[in-house]
Amino acid sequence: MSLHIGKNFVPPDVPGKVTGEIKYAEDYKAEGMVFARLLTSPLPSGRVVNIDASDALRMDGVLGVFTADDLPPTAPPANPALASDYVTYVGQPILAVAATSEEIAESAIDRIRVDFERRDFVTDPLESLTPGGKNAYPEGNVLVRTREEGPEGTPIVGAEIKDVKWPQSAIDSMRAGRDPEGGEFTTEWEFGDLDTAFAEAAAVIEEPFVTIGYPHHSLEARTCMAYWENGKCFFHGSSQSQSANNAGLARMLNIDLADLVFINEATGGGFGSKIGPYPFMAITGNFSRVLNRPVQLRITREQEFYIGSARSGIQGWIKIGVKENGKVCGVDLAIVNDGGATGGGSGNSSAQHTTVCLQPEAMRYRGISVYTNTTPRGAQRGPGQNEMAAVLAPMTDKIAKQIGMDRVAFRKLNGLRSDGYQGGSQGPVTSSFIAEALDQGSRAFDWDTKEKQARDLGGSKKRGVGVGIGYHGAGGRGYDGLLRITPDGRLQVHSGVGNLGTYSYASNARTAAEVMQMPWERTEIHRGRSDRHLPHSSGQGGSNTIFTHARTNWVAGQDLITKMKEIAAMDLGGSPEDYDIGEERVFRSDDRSVGLTYAQTAQRAITLGGKFDGTEYPDDINPLTQLAVQGVQGTGLVGVAKDNIPGQGQPPGNIVGFCEIELDTDTGKIEITDYAAVADCGTVQHPKNFENAMRGGMVWGVGLTNLERHVYDPQNGLPANTGLYQNKPPTNMDVPIDTIQEAVNIPDPQNPTGGRGIGEPTQGAMAAALASAITDALDGHLFNSAPTTTDMIIDHLAGNDYSTKSLKTNTF
Amino acid sequence: MPSHDVMPNMELYQPVQVEDALEIANRYADRGWLVGGGQDTYGWLKDRAKSVDALIDLSAIDELRGISETGEGIEIGALTTLTEIINSEVIKDKFSLLTEAASVVASPQIRNIGTIGGNVSQDVRCWYYRRGLSCYRAGGNLCYADTPQGMNREHALFDTSRCVAAGASDTASALVALDASMVIRNSSGEQLISAENFFVGPANDIENTTVLRSGDILVAVRIPNTWAGANFYWEKVADRNVWDFSLVNIAAAFKVNGGNITDSRIVAGAVQTTPRRLLNVENAVQGQPKNERTAQSAMQMAADGARALAHNGFKIPLMQNLVKRAISA
Repeated sequence: MSLHIGKNFVPPDVPGKVTGEIKYAEDYKAEGMVFARLLTSPLPSGRVVNIDASDALRMDGVLGVFTADDLPPTAPPANPALASDYVTYVGQPILAVAATSEEIAESAIDRIRVDFERRDFVTDPLESLTPGGKNAYPEGNVLVRTREEGPEGTPIVGAEIKDVKWPQSAIDSMRAGRDPEGGEFTTEWEFGDLDTAFAEAAAVIEEPFVTIGYPHHSLEARTCMAYWENGKCFFHGSSQSQSANNAGLARMLNIDLADLVFINEATGGGFGSKIGPYPFMAITGNFSRVLNRPVQLRITREQEFYIGSARSGIQGWIKIGVKENGKVCGVDLAIVNDGGATGGGSGNSSAQHTTVCLQPEAMRYRGISVYTNTTPRGAQRGPGQNEMAAVLAPMTDKIAKQIGMDRVAFRKLNGLRSDGYQGGSQGPVTSSFIAEALDQGSRAFDWDTKEKQARDLGGSKKRGVGVGIGYHGAGGRGYDGLLRITPDGRLQVHSGVGNLGTYSYASNARTAAEVMQMPWERTEIHRGRSDRHLPHSSGQGGSNTIFTHARTNWVAGQDLITKMKEIAAMDLGGSPEDYDIGEERVFRSDDRSVGLTYAQTAQRAITLGGKFDGTEYPDDINPLTQLAVQGVQGTGLVGVAKDNIPGQGQPPGNIVGFCEIELDTDTGKIEITDYAAVADCGTVQHPKNFENAMRGGMVWGVGLTNLERHVYDPQNGLPANTGLYQNKPPTNMDVPIDTIQEAVNIPDPQNPTGGRGIGEPTQGAMAAALASAITDALDGHLFNSAPTTTDMIIDHLAGNDYSTKSLKTNTF
Repeated sequence: MPSHDVMPNMELYQPVQVEDALEIANRYADRGWLVGGGQDTYGWLKDRAKSVDALIDLSAIDELRGISETGEGIEIGALTTLTEIINSEVIKDKFSLLTEAASVVASPQIRNIGTIGGNVSQDVRCWYYRRGLSCYRAGGNLCYADTPQGMNREHALFDTSRCVAAGASDTASALVALDASMVIRNSSGEQLISAENFFVGPANDIENTTVLRSGDILVAVRIPNTWAGANFYWEKVADRNVWDFSLVNIAAAFKVNGGNITDSRIVAGAVQTTPRRLLNVENAVQGQPKNERTAQSAMQMAADGARALAHNGFKIPLMQNLVKRAISA
């Protein structure tokens, strides 16, 4: 029976978050600290011709101006910290000014004159692909990944910009809902025989679709503060991750790993925009070094809209063929991603989501990512997967209905199973129980009853019932774990995992306590500052942490146990195999009275040195972990190991969502009256946190399907909705309060504690189920758009046109 | 453009009497800014889209607060918060239309601080204008929103004269429907102006949304007993259920006798700069039964004269549906 796994507990940082005592990057002050503010571009596209900061520099209290010339040059399509030759979106940082107070810094910005040379700009990818269409960069409009052979045959992977235009016929076809034949794509893959598949199909649908990107608007803007002491940089940053930042940030600052202390105890949201070090961190650290003063660069809410990343948009086309028995035989998918000013598209992930939901026997994917002069794009909660979930769900319903199949039964037949595949390479998975989740969810939601109920509720109200699937890959391998038993007998867990509010760092530490059979109150977690000797860890993105770092804590724990047994055998006789652990002791299996306490093993380790106390460590651990072990050397019994647990396949995070709505045909308003979601995420590690994650993602799913989007004026490249409220994230009055969240709780065989991650598909499941319910309420009308907003519903019912029907993106 | 969020330097005055506030306001003229709850003010000033030399904070003037019954109706001090209005038993009892309208303004936090005076005086929310662009309303010579590609989803259908911004106040619609009057004080004395005439459209004045000018202070709102206890209907449609401005709202007051409408006030908000009194609908339903049939026959004319922009055409059927619901409720 499990000691800790599957049991509730209070993560150590929760009290501080409730009382307000916990500190975020902006809360830190240093003596002599100065305040930096950004001056940002008023233009969507151009280049900086001249900067005249002389008036600002004459102001009392102004200490300096930092421009792109003060940083190593970057070539497009890289996202520069400060722009100069390539200004590519309104709001892009051009320079930073530092002063002794924020007020002076703000006033100084207005005294700086920047001369720009304007360039052409574009806000819509399809417009850019159209013959004669404008490009976001002078060099072109499309991201092309390059791969060439470097020294000793190692590949050098890069990216460059190409100018791509489609024939008008391809553009017209796509807008009309047909295959954009003749259009050039940069990524293509195919498996199976698509022609035969469609020829065999009993039903075929072809649909165009558009999903509009929107900003992350992480509640904590990415303010950071840095100072230098004796050549070491102390950097307070806002990041989803901890150790995953160090190497990249050290490179940005041009220092060795050992000379960086990255401090990040708590972060207020990231959603994919803060997985690793982002460009603007280079400003703070380097400006601080130049000024020889601590510098706080505060990012405003509006700037968080500009530089805080955004979901990529999609303009797509899909064809789905289904056999008479309901099996999906063929899928043809083409995606044009809106890459913003800089960023790759996520179309391949959209295709991957499609394979998970439909498991087609044959599939083709074609993708291209087009730059626009809108904010940079990057990963955002289920990038590619969640927006695809929203548009795919109603299409799935349509084709299920065409062959007369129940919508849940259709998904059960076609959803990913343990022996199925994901993605274009048809890679294996560790396990998958979507069918079981659908069964469980159907019962919890009472699908059979609700599906049969009348849709007409009287008056202007219509009922809609929907179902959908959310998915994301949910685990990684190959990172390091580091544990210690100190002479007081306590378990010290060194965690390189960031704290973005998911509490996975704490759940993973429970694995260490589980392995060591250690009471939780005698377990201490070291995290939040890299000078606490933290091992190399994954970035906290992609829903990976629960799986990845259960394994790292497991292997480090096994290393501790192995060493304990060796010490016990050394001191008490016999061989290590004769020993077992329990009740904070290592003892002979045949005579429990013969043994050592954990505390004694720690003391012995210090005496023995070598591998026992961290003086020696494995060859295969990461350099950052090596530094961490060196830092704890001689303080107790050290367990350190790289996760080399054999295995293959992707651990998937799957969630099925069921949604019931009332839609008011007079007003276009939707009320969600019931929602049930069942996760297939292996063994739930922390039930209370699992419920929080399910609810949190559910809220944002409402935003994706019904509310949030970028809006840019194509005449001038200006964004219409930079403010938090203008972006319309759902509020507590827009979402259901009482919902059902369950898990199938079948352990994943490739995680010793059975868990897989679940962070991202929580949004995708609601996005999909809600979209399905909206379509159901409107007699099967497909909007093929995310979001599907109040005005679109009203326009549809009134027989008016609406703008996204033409696949416009960054628009209402 | 730069992204500001630090309050610029300016003088701050906190008078405790209206007369002192008037003196300061006159002295600074259009370089002074009267502030109540500040929920519209601080955005302008922190963004530095507008600038002033002095902030005249009225919140310490007790005379401007409170709700009182008079012989003819009620009087609400301009600095009375929206939450105080929502919680007022006398308003709930006699003029629940205002209670309902106030209770859906913005968010609870904003309602705790925001005042009725501020809510009716607030500027329009056209995002181009709010961004600080030099449009007609800002003293420039073009309109960014009224173009074929303009992003104008939340803009006006009616009464557009070079400017297509829609009014943002929810309480304004209710006050016009209740035949309210605004009490304005300046150095010349005090005047009473009907709510309907308090709000001005771009044809009359493109740079202001009300008749208030520098040197004027809105001191109170008076609601006569004319519509006390009438048959009210309020509905606001917005994207979200809190924190959003109206896409369209409807404030209606009916006098009904024997099932027939003897008099009505039907006002639509967020369809033009000022609250739009639907006189043609009021005339059409006069003497008619207050029922679904009357509603169906009258709803279409609600949108007579509407001119849809590229993205706000949905407001036409929405407005018609709300009128239908108001009449048939």
